[in-house]
Amino acid sequence: MARNTVPIHAGEDVVRVRQETRRCAIEAGFGLVDQTKIVTAASELARNTLDHGGGGQAIIDIVQNGAKRGVRIVFEDNGPGIPDIALALKDGYTTGKGMGLGLGGARRLCSEFAIESLPGKGTRIIITRWK
Amino acid sequence: MDAPCQFNPRETRPMDRIPILKLGDALLVTIQVDMHDRLAMALEEDLTTRIVEPGAKGVLIDISALEIVDSFIGRTLANIAMIAKLLDADTVVVGMRPAVAITLVELGLSLPGVRTALNAERGMAMIKRRLDDAAMVPADEDEGGS
Amino acid sequence: MAKPASRLPVILAESAKLILADWLATLKATPDARLPATELETQCDSIVTRLAQACRDGNVSSVGAASFATLRDILTELSRTRALQGFSPVETATFILSLKQPLFARLRAVYSAEPERLATEMLTVSELIDALGLFMMETYQRAREEVIIRQQAEISELSTPVVKLWQGILALPLIGTLDSARTQVAMENLLDSIVRYEADIAIIDITGVPTVDTLVAQHLLKTVAAARLMGADCIISGIRPQIAQTMVHLGVELNVVSKANLSDAFALALRRLGKTVVNHGRPVPVQPT
Repeated sequence: MARNTVPIHAGEDVVRVRQETRRCAIEAGFGLVDQTKIVTAASELARNTLDHGGGGQAIIDIVQNGAKRGVRIVFEDNGPGIPDIALALKDGYTTGKGMGLGLGGARRLCSEFAIESLPGKGTRIIITRWK
Repeated sequence: MDAPCQFNPRETRPMDRIPILKLGDALLVTIQVDMHDRLAMALEEDLTTRIVEPGAKGVLIDISALEIVDSFIGRTLANIAMIAKLLDADTVVVGMRPAVAITLVELGLSLPGVRTALNAERGMAMIKRRLDDAAMVPADEDEGGS
Repeated sequence: MAKPASRLPVILAESAKLILADWLATLKATPDARLPATELETQCDSIVTRLAQACRDGNVSSVGAASFATLRDILTELSRTRALQGFSPVETATFILSLKQPLFARLRAVYSAEPERLATEMLTVSELIDALGLFMMETYQRAREEVIIRQQAEISELSTPVVKLWQGILALPLIGTLDSARTQVAMENLLDSIVRYEADIAIIDITGVPTVDTLVAQHLLKTVAAARLMGADCIISGIRPQIAQTMVHLGVELNVVSKANLSDAFALALRRLGKTVVNHGRPVPVQPT
């Protein structure tokens, strides 16, 4: 099992998150489309961590559930947190210059999506995509 | 290259900017690297500056080398298209890979104001066609075509 | 209904070597070329050891508990290998079930003077080994299923060919019931073909598809959207009346041009590309005179 922690503090780090995610996806045996989906989701969330969370980190793992293999990524930041998660998951919602698709869109690309966030306490998002 | 990269007293060095070529009536941009914020910003600025050059009627963005298009890059492309439109130029994005297209659909990302074509050749033809169409003056039968 | 605790853990611990030797003797009586002696010995040794451990650490009637995890892992690996090696289900089951004999033999020796205890213990052993046997069968089945799934995937790949009808026009004739996996494979093939053949238009023909549910319809729509993002366009052909009705009732909106059959779709595609079929007046007879 490959374990990778990527600190996210600048634009270049988002690229690193993509590269690490791609590496793990390939190792987990993902086809091209599945690779693209999880790397894109990782890119979205890494950018969120950077733009809205004030920076943080991503922990990328290959996981196993019985015969299934997958990639799991945990995004953590100590930023301002998300006051209304349901609202943030809606398409079109944006606090920045975004196209308002970050969270909701990323969720659609993943098999599993969990988010913990409290105003003032930071945000933690865990995504998993199975092969 | 048609015009030399401009030196400007900003964060990015000239080598860090994506080169823009002039090809006929269009500005051609080939995105080959994983774009991060500063690079995207620089591209937007450079394109905006050059669109107003004489003879630049369209922008062709080749993304055939991109393995990932997330909402940030999508926004960049849409922004460029909107800016170009305001400056009376068309934008055509070419070379989108199947895996990227499938992911964008899943992501729910449409690219408003962005036309797409399979490759640079088709994209150029598209730009030229629109110019030809625009040049045709709706007039009486006596006058010739474009 | 209080039963005295089974002494099996102790018996296993004390007589492990004896039981193992006995078991191997039984198995080696009918040697199998697929399983060389040394491998057989290693496998049986680890099973007896882990079994003793599991019974000691846990409850002999709880094969599913954590204490039996290592043993289960070993048996899983063994049944998978046997499944892939081509052993029959009976051979796989017999392997583990044959462990009953040596265990019974030990029990008889230990409880020769206590027939009732003997009966109870034999029942316990029987239940335990049966449970392990069933477990091995299950994992064996799963391994076989994985092979079938992999073969199905290969069939999917092969059975959804993309056809070039003309320069710039592709057709994807879908045949048979579409499940999610097959549809996805077909769609990816189509998009890859659009790039490869530089197609402007892709015709997705579903004449040969008996039913279209919401999931398949969604895949179709996503494919059309993806093709458009790439700069091509799609036409759907061959929607049967029943399918049309089902789709409306399901609330599926197909935001794409739909033609009754493939030839109408082809004609439309040609028109769109600015081409037309011309009669040049010199037909060649179909049958030679």
